[in-house]
This record gives sequence, structure tokens and C-alpha cells, in this order.
Amino acid sequence: MDPLDLVGAEPGPARTVLFDGRPVPALPGQTLAAALWADGVLAWRTTRGGGRPRGAFCGIGQCFDCLATVNGRPNQRLCLLPAEHGDTVTTQEGHGHADLEV
Amino acid sequence: MPTSKSEPSGGRAEVHDLAVIGAGPAGLAAADAAAGLGLRVALVDAGSRPGGQYYRHPAPGLGAARPEKLHHGWAAFARLRARLAASPLVDHLPGHHVWAAEAGVPGDGERPWRLHATRGPEAGDRATVLARAVLLATGAYERHLPFPGWTLPGVVTAGGAQAMLKSSLVLPGRRIVVSGSGPLLLAAASSLVSAGAEVPAIVEATSYLGYARGLPALAGNPAKLAEGASHGARLLRRGVRLRRSSAVVEAHGTDRVTAVTVARLDARWKPVPGSERRIACDALAIGHGLVPQIELATELGAETVTGPDGAAALKVDAEQRTSVPGLWAAGETCGVGGADLALAEGVLAAHAVAGRPAPARETATRRRRRAFAALMAAAHAPGPDWTSWVTDDTDVCRCEEVPAGEIRAAVEELGAGDARTVKLLTRAGMGWCQGRMCGPAVACLSGDGGGGRADSRPLSCPVPLAQLAQLAGPVEPEQRRRD
Ligand SMILES: Cc1cc2nc3c(=O)[nH]c(=O)nc-3n(C[C@H](O)[C@@H](O)[C@H](O)COP(=O)(O)OP(=O)(O)OC[C@H]3O[C@@H](n4cnc5c(N)ncnc54)[C@H](O)[C@@H]3O)c2cc1C
Ligand code: FES
Repeated sequence: MDPLDLVGAEPGPARTVLFDGRPVPALPGQTLAAALWADGVLAWRTTRGGGRPRGAFCGIGQCFDCLATVNGRPNQRLCLLPAEHGDTVTTQEGHGHADLEV
Repeated sequence: MPTSKSEPSGGRAEVHDLAVIGAGPAGLAAADAAAGLGLRVALVDAGSRPGGQYYRHPAPGLGAARPEKLHHGWAAFARLRARLAASPLVDHLPGHHVWAAEAGVPGDGERPWRLHATRGPEAGDRATVLARAVLLATGAYERHLPFPGWTLPGVVTAGGAQAMLKSSLVLPGRRIVVSGSGPLLLAAASSLVSAGAEVPAIVEATSYLGYARGLPALAGNPAKLAEGASHGARLLRRGVRLRRSSAVVEAHGTDRVTAVTVARLDARWKPVPGSERRIACDALAIGHGLVPQIELATELGAETVTGPDGAAALKVDAEQRTSVPGLWAAGETCGVGGADLALAEGVLAAHAVAGRPAPARETATRRRRRAFAALMAAAHAPGPDWTSWVTDDTDVCRCEEVPAGEIRAAVEELGAGDARTVKLLTRAGMGWCQGRMCGPAVACLSGDGGGGRADSRPLSCPVPLAQLAQLAGPVEPEQRRRD
């Protein structure tokens, strides 16, 4: 059993996104974070202070742990962004820049 | 239900009779009932699809033929969604995150409520929604108690694992330990095993004996018991072990979690020396219950009540009215109590806004479910000694990477006596998540009471500064920025 079997999913053809240059399949409707999880990738950022790896934690847009650079724009929450064909995701080191300033 | 008719910035938006913030069970039930009573409703929701947390469901592109497999109560949601979609009185505004609410003047048609929202996942665009009354149905967020290793990749929240599974049909690993406290752990574990994951243990900090003290409240809630029992039965069938009075006191691994150490807890939640054992896993789902998400209301001075677990909830009267004129609340914002309670309170709030008497059925449901919620909160309230497993080098604030040692030093050496002072001295809780992840923990480590106070967070989500600058009128950008 896997999650797709459980709900009888019949998704359309997968799209391809690039993660640090490597092609990763994404099913239609999946977020970028989900596509990476499905590919066994759990981390796509290193922290500003300790340089430690992070990925998705809360899964719903609240923790901001899942930030990465998407199509050249830093600090994007991968758990919210639907994966589109050809998206490029790059591991984000430190803060990228402070676009999401509070 | 026409979708996405919000006005671009500066536009002259229609004034709705009621703006509902949040399209979870509470908000959906409220919008449906209010439209049924003839009100024009704006249903404003940060999510891209209606449903909130409980009714989160696979993206349409995934072509799920049996979404109900991941849900209790799917049929009720499907009915509600269909009715709302057919209603000409409800404008659904998905992808709208409200970050500030400006109170209107009740009875003055010229001065309605103004809800300021960002649009889309990148928060790039903005919109203003106008309404004569507002219902806050923003739900809750999860409470976390840090432990060494909790920032490792593969450690995810129980609700987050649930959400990623329900919406995108993915798992964080194949062998997933579930730990923390509260009924969401059972729901999450149950979904994970049905989706094919192995769950070597559910590690629950309480003994569950707290429930025995509340037998009348339990007996009055057969549906809740049945739901718990059905999770329980499924878990038993798959051989999932519930370890009570235990906690994950450390997650191991370098680039990702590879194992956890579980220890037994005494009645105060202090780990019992010598009881540790290691469990191999490739993911860990954690959570210590939920905390009402109420900052939009507390910013307006709404009164709160403190629940048995120390979490602040909005104070409402029998008609779901908050202490702020024109502002109602329903669901988890009034205290965490689950989806059925949220549905009932949504209906009750809609009747009150429309000036109609409260329906008897929902009133009775609310009474029963509130009693159960109080019992649940008391049974799962964090024990006072949980901080003993937090080593000085454990990062408490994930965003700013503030270790427990720094917070302790602020308290012990610098004399900080409350979470606010600790925050100013250490930056704990000042990062992007605005203290949602570490707030309750920082409050405890600061000796600042129970599971999490209503810490004032002026903005309800991070907003590009440019948008703040555009905001004219009563909201003063500089003063409203966080400390
Ligand atoms: C991550 C998570 C997962 C959960 N999973 C389950 C589960 O599987 N089973 C279960 O029984 N319970 C679950 N719960 C508990 C949940 O709280 C339910 O009891 C139920 O969904 C509560 O209904 P509600 O309407 O009060 O709030 P919610 O369902 O939480 O709905 C709130 C809605 O408000 C929106 N919102 C919040 N803030 C804003 C804002 N500022 N602007 C615009 N919109 C906003 C949110 O996007 C959401 O759609 C979960 C909770 C969380 C936090
Ligand atoms: S995982 Fe928390 S914001 Fe994306």
C-alpha cells in the first residue's frame, strides 16, 4: 500500500522539476516540498547561524523552515508552492535575501 | 460560490454582511448557515482549497477516486462544499491570508470592518475585504516542546505529516515514530499506517488516566469515542504499539533522523533514568496538541480565557460573540475541541450574526463537546518537568537558532522574568514564524506559566514591508511591527 493506492489516485503525467540540477518528478497538484519528499529528499536549506540542514516541518506554511530558492527567487516556502513543469529549486544557504522581511 | 472576487488594492469592494476568516469546519458551517439565513458572505481563506485542517484533501490534479479513505466525516464536507458552491450569496476568496483586521463601527454603514489580506503563496499581491461583521474561524496551530535533535530533517509535525499526506499523498519516510501528546497523534498514526508507513511506536507523554477522571464527559460523547476507537482498532490491527507515559528525549542523526531515544516519564514528565531505549526510524512526527490561533482578535483587544492546558482562547458569550463589538469567533479559536464542535459553533455564530435564535441541536452539541474539550486539554497538559530533557545546546527557537542555554542564561543571569523580556534579550520567537513554533516552549523556559500565553504578535503573517508602507489610516506600520 502507498498513499496513491489508498485513495485510488489516477494522476495525470508527472512534471519534471530540477532540484540542484537533478530532475525530480512531481505529480500534478503536488507541492514542491511533496515532490521532494516523494523522491526521498528531506532537506533543501542550510541555516544562517549553524549552517544546518532543514526541510519541511509544519507542512502548512507556518514554520518557514522549508525555504529554498525557486526559479531564482530565494525564501520561497516549498510546502505552499505547487510544482510546475520546469521549476528549478536550489538549496538555499543562509538567508538568500530578506524579501519576506517582517 | 463565486471564487476570487476580491478587489485589487484600492478598489471599491462590496461591503458584505459577514466576512468569515477561515474555511475550515467552523468557517464553512458558518458561511453555509449565514447564506441560508440570507446574509451576503465573504469566505476569506489562506488555503487554496476549502476545508481547513480537518477536511484537507488531495489536490484535484492527483485524481483521487476515494478521498474519504483519509477522512472521518468526508460526506459531511462534500455536502457542505456542494451547497456553498451553489450559493450565490457566498464569495469564496481562496489564497487570501488576512494579516490585519481594522474594526468597523457597528451600525455605521460608512465604517465597515476592513480586512487586509495578501494573496497567493508568495504573498505578492494584496486585497481588502469589507464587511459589517467578522467571524474569526482561523483554527489552531500545533504546540511543540523541543528536545535535542528536533531540528533534524525528517522530524516533522504530526499535523504537518497529516497535511502533506492528505493534500499531496506523500510520506516523510517509511518507518515513522509518532510522539508527543494528544489525540492528533492517534489520527496521524492511523493515516500513516493506512498509507503504507510502518509506525514502530506512538509515544504519548500522558498516562491517558486523566480521561478516567472525566467519565461523564466521555459518556456524553459517543461519536468522539467511536472515532478514537476506530483509530485504536486500526492501529492495533497493524501492531502499532502505544507507549504511554513516555517521550522521545532525543532524535539522532547528522543530516537526517535515523533513530530516537524514548524514555519513560514520571508524573511530572521527568524522564526516568535508566528507562531509555533506542528505536530506529527514518522520520519522526511530533506534536503536543494545539493552540488557538487568535492574534487577529487579540490585536484588537479581544478578551481571552486560559484553558486547562495553559493555552489562551478567545472569550465568547453564548452567541459566540467576542468582547470586540462586531467580532464573532467559532471553532478552535474559542478553545481546541475538534471538528464537530467547530461545525456546531459555526452554525451558532451565523444565527447570532443574523439575529436569529440559537438552534437547539448545535447548542447541545456545543455543550457536550466543550466539556470533552476541557477534559482533553487537562489530560494532555504538559507536565511541569518536561524542560529537564531540553539540554542547553538544544535549539528552542528554530528560526533564530536560539539554544535553551541562552534562554536559561537570560532568566538566571540577566533576570528576565517573562517570555517577552527573554525574546528581546535572545531573539527567541522573533524569526519568520513569529514564535508559533517555539512560543509555548519559550514561555515555559522563562517561567512564564503553562502551555503558551497569548503573546501579542501584531501581524498575523509575515508581510512584505512594501505592503505595510502602503497601508494608510489607523494601522500605523512602524508601531505595529514586532518589538
Ligand atoms: C496541521 C494540523 C492538522 C490537523 N489534522 C487533523 C486531523 O487530521 N484530524 C483531526 O481530527 N483534527 C486535525 N486537526 C485539528 C483541527 O484543528 C480540527 O479540529 C479542525 O480542522 C478545526 O476546525 P476550525 O474550523 O476551527 O479550524 P481549521 O480547520 O484549522 O481552519 C482554519 C482555516 O483558517 C485559515 N486561516 C488561518 N489563519 C488565517 C488568516 N490569517 N487569514 C486567512 N485564513 C486563515 C486556514 O488556512 C484554515 O483553512 C489538525 C490541526 C492542525 C493545526
Ligand atoms: S513546512 Fe512549515 S512553512 Fe513550509
